[in-house]
Amino acid sequence: MGFVRNHPCALWIAMGLGAFACGVVRAEAYRPTDDAEVLERLPTPGAERRELRALRDEVKARPDRPALAMALARRYLELGRTHSDPRYYGYAEAVLARWLRLPHPHPEALVLRATVLQNRHEFQAALADLEEALRGNPRLAQAWLTRAAIQEVRGDYPAALRSCLALAKLGASLTAAVCLESALSLAGQLQSAYERLRGVVTESAGDEDDLLWARVTLAEMAERLDRPEDAEHWYRAALAAGRRSPYLLATYADFLLDRKRPADAISLLEKETHADPVLLRLTLAERQVNHPRCAGHTAMLKARFEASRARGDMSHRGDESRYTLHILHDPTTALKLALANWSAQKEPRDARLVLEAAHAAGQPEAAQPVKEFLERSGLEDARLERLLADTGASGT
Amino acid sequence: MKVLLWLVLALWAAGAGAHKPSDSYLSLEVKQDRIEGRWDIALRDLDYALGLDVDDDGAITWGELRSRQDEVSTYALAHLGLSAGTRVCLIAAGELLVDEHTDGRYAVLPFSARCNLSVETLALDYRLFFDLDPQHRGLLRLTEAKATRTAVLGPADGRRSFDLGGARDSWRELQEFLREGIRHIGIGYDHLLFLLSLLLPAVLVREARGRWSAGTFPMAFWDVAKVVTAFTLAHSVTLSLAALSYFDLPSRWVESAIAASILVVALNNLAPVPHGRRAAFAFGFGLVHGLGFARVLSDLGLPAASRLWGLVGFNLGVELGQMAMVTAFLPLAYGLSRHPLYQTVVLKAGSAGIAVLAGVWLLERAFDLPVGGVP
Repeated sequence: MGFVRNHPCALWIAMGLGAFACGVVRAEAYRPTDDAEVLERLPTPGAERRELRALRDEVKARPDRPALAMALARRYLELGRTHSDPRYYGYAEAVLARWLRLPHPHPEALVLRATVLQNRHEFQAALADLEEALRGNPRLAQAWLTRAAIQEVRGDYPAALRSCLALAKLGASLTAAVCLESALSLAGQLQSAYERLRGVVTESAGDEDDLLWARVTLAEMAERLDRPEDAEHWYRAALAAGRRSPYLLATYADFLLDRKRPADAISLLEKETHADPVLLRLTLAERQVNHPRCAGHTAMLKARFEASRARGDMSHRGDESRYTLHILHDPTTALKLALANWSAQKEPRDARLVLEAAHAAGQPEAAQPVKEFLERSGLEDARLERLLADTGASGT
Repeated sequence: MKVLLWLVLALWAAGAGAHKPSDSYLSLEVKQDRIEGRWDIALRDLDYALGLDVDDDGAITWGELRSRQDEVSTYALAHLGLSAGTRVCLIAAGELLVDEHTDGRYAVLPFSARCNLSVETLALDYRLFFDLDPQHRGLLRLTEAKATRTAVLGPADGRRSFDLGGARDSWRELQEFLREGIRHIGIGYDHLLFLLSLLLPAVLVREARGRWSAGTFPMAFWDVAKVVTAFTLAHSVTLSLAALSYFDLPSRWVESAIAASILVVALNNLAPVPHGRRAAFAFGFGLVHGLGFARVLSDLGLPAASRLWGLVGFNLGVELGQMAMVTAFLPLAYGLSRHPLYQTVVLKAGSAGIAVLAGVWLLERAFDLPVGGVP
């Protein structure tokens, strides 16, 4: 019973998983009897659906016009991002296919496919597409920016910085500033990069989407600086824009969870259970307050990880590591997942997964690659430093 | 061109789950020259391909799906090819059903494919939705006999060939059937009782005036060996012939004859005849018992592609089970035979009991009477 007492959600989970398992096993294919029975609701609202259908018809009618195809692909990518729905990335890829089969593939099609690949965490292939696009047209700002983002995720800060500089040469902009300061902040200039970017953002009256990205970047820098009030300020400013962004929701939720504010996290995420990263954070928050919905959400997460494993999808190892550590309480498996994730991507949150799992598994030596990376790159992050101190203490 | 920041944020929006990439679930079960299939395809994907939401209200109803079910089946099956070797199997769709998966409701398409040829190599050509969504995957579950394998089918490898005969793990199959053989001896009381009846007198030697006395161990050993070898040879012959479909007898005849064989041997113990005849009994009735084993083996579903391995494994299992029983029996019976009561209590009363039981079975099986518990 010790387990149940220490983990108030455990009983809920046990009951929920049982009920869920029964539900899944018992569920049998059936033949509905009522013609009016609604089987499925389509994800996009009516007007948007009709607009997409019109665009699709146009592309079908004029298959020789790249501009139409690119517009449709961009539309799908945007839907994929705002709804966290990977099917749209697949649709975009299909629309681009014709323009990628050419002897000299269409540069913009290459850039858009790079986004699709990046979404699937196929970083190497995405970078190859971007190189090719830039060989065709070195003034493709989008290609430089996407390239910088991928290089940053992979922990190659000097390369990211070079891409941002190339972007800045094409014209000073808020985008270029965010790109540069973000790379610099990771490469050992956290404090000064934060101050500079704060200045730029306070003066800017740019596009709301651009400002959203800038504010989220500032919030994350403030967190690394251990300035929670500032981080809160930037997160709230980003939310105030009213744009749908699962990324913003998930990072802000992580912040709230760290501040031991599960109730705020729950009210932030409650209606956003479609995206796995968001559902994971919601479930973690619900566990902290022993919320009755926690069991159902845990079962949902389990089913989703199983479904993505069934198709050989490896892009969720980071989240799965966190799920395995904090919900399944299996630090050894969580550590394996965290290290596999670390070999593919090296954001501060990826480092944190390894440190936490290594600490919980009582294997501080397993975190060695992360420690070496932090020393080599000069990455500063107050949360990681605290974890390192803990791990170091338990390791001696 | 304006730089789109959300493309960068898209990096992290790799959502799965309620929003997961498109998958279909294809289950195939190969049964000789037929393939039974079930294909679960997401309604959302079918809508994207065929436009199921006719009234454009954002909801797919059963009525909308039902009125298009022929179109759905035709569309799906046009994107799936099944062949036995090079011979194309004809696929017939069943009635459409509905089921739920993690990301919503799916149309369930049951189908049956006729190949007119035992499927030794299954060639599969999966092409569903790849033109609309290259990230679509077919999650295949292929079952044949007791073996199940899975595969993920994508645009680059939607054409696959599965060698159901050669690629099967013959060694594992052999082991599996070996275990079944042992299990069958363990629970097949009639074979055990038959052997027991034959072996009870083996530890005794016949003296003058029809009296018995305890024999030496080597004598008992050779007697047992003779009986068991004769039984094994006989049932192996008929088991093999029947399993390879050279001949077959109605199961009621076989089962009745097995009961009769036990009855005869048990009665024989009550009215002694010369030893030598027991080996002959063992051989003659062993032929009948072999047919009984063959029936069990055919119930287990001997896969066409590996009949021989299954047969060898099952037969070996039967012999192993039999050996184990004999090995336990011989020292025990030999020890007991030193006791004066062995003859009266163990041999006579035991055989009488077995004879009664076998008589009941014979009546039951021959006349189909529900008299008592039959194994």
